[in-house]
Amino acid sequence: MPPKRSVEELQAIAKRVRRHVVEMIGAAKSGHPGGSLSAADIVVTLYFDAMRLDPARPDWAERDRFILSKGHAAPVLYAAMAEAGYACAPIDKLNTLRKLGSVYQGHPDVRFIPALEASTGSLGNGLSLALGMGCAARLDGASWRSYCMLGDGEIQEGQIWEAAMFGAFHKLDNVCAILDYNRIQLDGFVKDIMEIEPLRDKWRSFGWHTLELDGHDIPQIQAALAEAAATKGKPTVLIAHTVKGKGVSFMENNPKFHGMAPTPAELELALQELQ
Amino acid sequence: MSPRTKFELKYGMATREAFGKALVQLGKQNPDVVVCDADLSKSTYTTYFAKEFPDRFFSCGIAEANMVGVAAGMASAGKIPFVSSFSCFVMNKGFEQLRVGVAYPNTNVKVVGTHSGISIGEDGPSQMSIEETSLACSLPGFTVLSPADEVATTALMMASAAMKGPVFMRTGRMKAPIVYPAGQQFEIGKAIEVAPGKDVTIIATGLLVAEALRAADTLEEEGISARVIDFHTIKPLDREAVRKAAAETGAIVVAEEHLVDGGLGVRVAQAAAELHPCPMEFVGVRNTYAESGAPDQLLDHYGLVARDVAEAVRKVVRRKR
Repeated sequence: MPPKRSVEELQAIAKRVRRHVVEMIGAAKSGHPGGSLSAADIVVTLYFDAMRLDPARPDWAERDRFILSKGHAAPVLYAAMAEAGYACAPIDKLNTLRKLGSVYQGHPDVRFIPALEASTGSLGNGLSLALGMGCAARLDGASWRSYCMLGDGEIQEGQIWEAAMFGAFHKLDNVCAILDYNRIQLDGFVKDIMEIEPLRDKWRSFGWHTLELDGHDIPQIQAALAEAAATKGKPTVLIAHTVKGKGVSFMENNPKFHGMAPTPAELELALQELQ
Repeated sequence: MSPRTKFELKYGMATREAFGKALVQLGKQNPDVVVCDADLSKSTYTTYFAKEFPDRFFSCGIAEANMVGVAAGMASAGKIPFVSSFSCFVMNKGFEQLRVGVAYPNTNVKVVGTHSGISIGEDGPSQMSIEETSLACSLPGFTVLSPADEVATTALMMASAAMKGPVFMRTGRMKAPIVYPAGQQFEIGKAIEVAPGKDVTIIATGLLVAEALRAADTLEEEGISARVIDFHTIKPLDREAVRKAAAETGAIVVAEEHLVDGGLGVRVAQAAAELHPCPMEFVGVRNTYAESGAPDQLLDHYGLVARDVAEAVRKVVRRKR
């Protein structure tokens, strides 16, 4: 296990991950930068601080599992895994994203990168998978945890609420959902497409332990994940307030960059901002 | 199975009940076997498993989509989940999850649909499943099974648990006529000749295997020697058995309790077209939903009994000339 990293180190990794994200998507000329950038600090905190894992042993039975249910944010996960040193996620190949033959598929695909844990991309599926993993861990008396990152628009899917009921009913306290609440989905602002508020009340009434936090404040993310791990008898959802496109000024809070690649000029500008 | 013996109609248990009993057997053999249920355990007979192994039985509520996803998560963490509901519910409401959570990543999930076909009877078309073979076969990597009786169900359940990869098994509500002697061996993907014959081959699956055998007896009296083959595995299809049937008997009838669109028939026809084209006829439900009624009345009304199989055989034999 690697030594504990300081917050400053984690922030530096998050910045590198953001650079990878915009470069990858720029090279691919398509993809979803906004939701990758909003999730970067959470994904980095999970992979470099909170989760029990060993990139040299991706099939280690006791590892924690992470499922990126909002699969269109694949670039942030690829970049984090590459930075973490997974052999199946080579860092020098990140810019092959979305190209034929690349392990970096448009959405996460376990056939190409087994360490991804799940193939996602069709929204609404990941939480059920994470809960199933939680059931398996409990049956085995194992202490590993499963984490699932959800998009805010994604929870408009009915399956999420089937899963929410299941998680609370089966008291799966080894499962933690993290909602990347960046307030923007493909067609615009979430509140204008299909309002999801009151969010905390919804999850609470479904029986989940709920926490709200700033999803770009690494100490807050660390504290929330620790509280989730310490919470017994019910699963936890972290409602992480984030900024879509975080880190690149012209992408921030801009629905255009939900699913649009930066032009070469925009890419250059983005990389300057992420120095 | 030769020489030719007359088929004796004797009912065993429903294939859904044989499934429920086989689950208990599997549960005893393997601690990794788990079961997911969507509030139908008394109907699917997973209640037998629930009584024996309450810790490994997961009540999912009436929420099939999540149930399939949960099973996929369990499978990726090393469990062997059996997911069960009525065929129409698990296959239709869980199809997206079967696609992205099970077929696409090839997870080791076993899906058993009960109450397949129209022979569920009085509950009517909303509970009947006449499309699921087509849906299951459309999922890459899926193995699709359709046992004819309790012996076949038990053997195929054991084979399903022993293999790695997604399986869909189709079982029925009504008591199923016994086709096989106890101890009959089954191999997934290998069709079984249940009656010899040389003039025509009836390829049947599920409840229609017994109807095909009854039809073959009638036809023998008319001087038509009909071979009957049970395709208990619909996917992967036993292409060699199709080729052999076409080459040796020169005509094929396919009989199934399913829509003729997208069922076993079209898969056999595709194989025959590629390997050895021959005249073919099809017995199945034709472009309609059924209705309420007693199971035997429905099978009769919708043309799924021995009489209909025999008529299709006469027709296809005429086309041989």
